[in-house]
Amino acid sequence: MTALAHVPTGQSTASSPPPAARSGRYRFLPYLLLLPGAAWLFLFFALPLLQLAAASLYDPTGSLATGYAMTWAFSNYPEALQAYWPQFSRSFLYAGIALVLALLMGYPLAYAIAQKAGRWKNLLLVCVVAPMFTSFLVRTLAWKTILSDNGWVVGLLRDIHLLGPDGRLLATPVAVILGLTYNFLPFLVLPLYASLERLDYRLLEAASDLYASPVQTFRKVTLPLSMPGLIAGTLLFFIPATGDYINAELLGTPNEYMIGNVIDSAFLVRLDYPQGAALSFLLMAAILAVVFVYLRKAGTDEVL
Amino acid sequence: MRTPLRPLSRRGLLTGTLGSAALLAAGGSLAGCGTKAATQTEAGCVSDDVSGTEKTLAFSNWPQYMDVDEKDESKRPTLDEFVQKSGIKVTYTEDVNDNNEFFGKVQNQLAACQGTGRDIFVVTDWMAARMIRLGWIQKLDKSKLPNVEANLLGSLRNRPFDPDSQLAIPWQSGLAGIAYNGNVTKELRTVDELLTRPDLKGKVTALSEMRDTMGLLLQSNGHDPANFTGAQFDDALNKLKKAVDSGQIRKFTGNDYAPDLAKGDIAACIGWSGDVIQLGFEDEKIKFVVPESGVMLWSDNMMVPNKATHRANAEQLINYYYDPAVAAKLAAYVNYICPVKGAQAEMEKIDPELATNPLIFPDEAMLSRSKVFMALDEKQEREYEAKFQQVIGA
Repeated sequence: MTALAHVPTGQSTASSPPPAARSGRYRFLPYLLLLPGAAWLFLFFALPLLQLAAASLYDPTGSLATGYAMTWAFSNYPEALQAYWPQFSRSFLYAGIALVLALLMGYPLAYAIAQKAGRWKNLLLVCVVAPMFTSFLVRTLAWKTILSDNGWVVGLLRDIHLLGPDGRLLATPVAVILGLTYNFLPFLVLPLYASLERLDYRLLEAASDLYASPVQTFRKVTLPLSMPGLIAGTLLFFIPATGDYINAELLGTPNEYMIGNVIDSAFLVRLDYPQGAALSFLLMAAILAVVFVYLRKAGTDEVL
Repeated sequence: MRTPLRPLSRRGLLTGTLGSAALLAAGGSLAGCGTKAATQTEAGCVSDDVSGTEKTLAFSNWPQYMDVDEKDESKRPTLDEFVQKSGIKVTYTEDVNDNNEFFGKVQNQLAACQGTGRDIFVVTDWMAARMIRLGWIQKLDKSKLPNVEANLLGSLRNRPFDPDSQLAIPWQSGLAGIAYNGNVTKELRTVDELLTRPDLKGKVTALSEMRDTMGLLLQSNGHDPANFTGAQFDDALNKLKKAVDSGQIRKFTGNDYAPDLAKGDIAACIGWSGDVIQLGFEDEKIKFVVPESGVMLWSDNMMVPNKATHRANAEQLINYYYDPAVAAKLAAYVNYICPVKGAQAEMEKIDPELATNPLIFPDEAMLSRSKVFMALDEKQEREYEAKFQQVIGA
C-alpha cells in the first residue's frame, strides 16, 4: 500500500515540466504494472488474513459441527495468551539465542567469503546455499542422526565430560536451538555477504592510515557499512525462527514446544479455530512490535 | 553510502496505521457472517451414483498400506487383480499421512456438501467416528457386501460409532501396546514399569494419538477405555503428567518413534504392533509387549464420503478385499492385524510363520484383552483432547 503512494502521479508543478511519457496515455501504466502483484497479494494474503482476523473473534463455545458465530469475542486473545504464554516466551528466547549464535558464526563467515576468499568465493557461496537444495525436513531429520544418543557427537562429549554418562542432546533445548541456528543460518549469511562484498577495502586502509586499531576500524567502518545487510539478515533469520515448529517437533520434546507447535495443534488437532487464529495474530503482533523497535533503534541511529 | 532501508517516517507510520484501520474495517464487514455448521444429513446431501456407467474408482490410502510386487514397485498384485476381474479402473493415491492432516484436506468440501474427488478413503477409528458424527459418510448397501458380512472379525463388529458395520469397514487393524529394544534395556511387561522404572528415565516415548496412549493408561489403572468417566480419565492423565514432569517420557510421537527405537535412542515406548513387527524382522531383540492390564485395538476404516459418485464400485472393492485369499496376500505384505476371518488358513499357504504370529492373527486370549476406545461426542472430544494436549505440551 505504501508502494502506491510513491508512484509518480503525473501531476507536477510548472517549474519542472513533466516528461512527456508520464502524461497522457501512459499515466495509468504504473498502476497497470502493479495490478498482477496487487491482485495476488489481495487474494492470497489480504483475504486469508481477514478471514483469520474474523476467526480469532468467533464465539469460542462454537464448534465445527454447529458452526461458529461471530460474537466479537476479544476475550479470545487474553485467554490464549494466558494459556500459552510459556510457549510464547520460549519462542522468542530460543530464536533470540539462535540469532546470537548465528551472528557469531555468520558474521565472520560472511566477512571471510566477501573479503578474504579470493577465487574460492563462489565455491564457498555454493557451500552456504547447497544445503538449501534439500528439503528443510530432511536437513532437520539429519540432525537427529548426528545428535543421536548413541552417535559419535554425544559419545565424544561424554568422553570429555561435557555431558554426564547419561547425558543427551536430542530432546533438549540445546538440540532445538542448534537446529534453529543451522536451518536459518543462510538467511543471515547471504544478505550480510551482499553488504560486506561491496565494502571498499580502501576505506579500511584509510582507517589504519589514521591510526585506528583493528577493533576501532571494525566498529567505526566495517560494522556501520554492513548494517543494511545485518538488519536484513537478522530479520530474515529471526522472523521465521520465532514461528518455526519443525525443529521443536523433531529435535525437542513437549517441554521445548514453541508457539508454532501450539498453533499447529489448535488448528489441526484440537480444532479450536478461534484460539488458533488469536494465537497467530498475537504472534504476528509480537514479531511486528519487535521488528518496529529494532528498526527504530538500528535503522535510524546507526544506519544513517 | 545510502542504505535501502529507510527509517520509519511519520508518513509511513500514518499510512501503515490507516492501512491497518482499513483492513480492520473490511474485516468487520466480512466477519459478520461467522461459519456455518459443518454437520450434514443424509437427506440434505444426496449423492448420485454413476457406477453403472463409469467404471472408475478413486481410492485414497496411507503409504505402504498396499502390497507391491517384489520386483516391480509400481505393480500392486491384489489391486491389479481387482481391476482385471471387475473392469473398474482404480486411481490409487497414497495421500493420507495423518488423520488430522487429512481431515484438514477434506473438511471444507465435506462441510459444504461438495465432492472431494475421492470415492473411498481410509482413516482411523476416531476420525471415522468424527466424520460419521458430522454426517459426511454414505451408508453402504450390506447386500453388496456378503464377504464382509461373513468374514469380519467378531471383535470388530458392533463398534460404538458404527453398530451395523455399514459406514466404516476395517481395512487393517492393529494394536497399540508397549515395545522395547532388548539391546539397551531388560524385559518390560507393564505400563507402570514403562512410566516409572528408573533405568528408562528419558528413554521412553508415548504416542501423540490420545486414544492409544490414554487407553493404555486407563487400562493400567484397571478402568475400561470403552466405558469410562471423566474422573477416571483425569486419574489416568495425572499418571501421564507425572511421567512427563519427572522426565521419564522423552516425547510424544507419531510413526516416527520407529527409527529411534531401532537405533536405541529410546529404549521403550508406547507403539503400534505393525511397526514393531517390522523392526523385529531386522533385529529380533526389538519386541512388542501386550501389557497384562490390556491393549488397545484400533482399525483404519474404508469409508465412502458424501458426494462420491462411485459407491457401488467402492462396495465391489470392499467386498473383494474381504475374500480371505486376497486378505491373506495383503496381510503378508503389510503385517498388521488382518480383520478377515479365514485369512489365517490362506496365510498358511503363503507363509506359515506369519500365520502363527499373534500380532497378525491374534488368538482369542489376546483379543479378549484388547479394547476399542469409547466413542466420544464432540464436547467430550474437545475437552479430553485439550486436556491431553496440555499434558503433552501443545
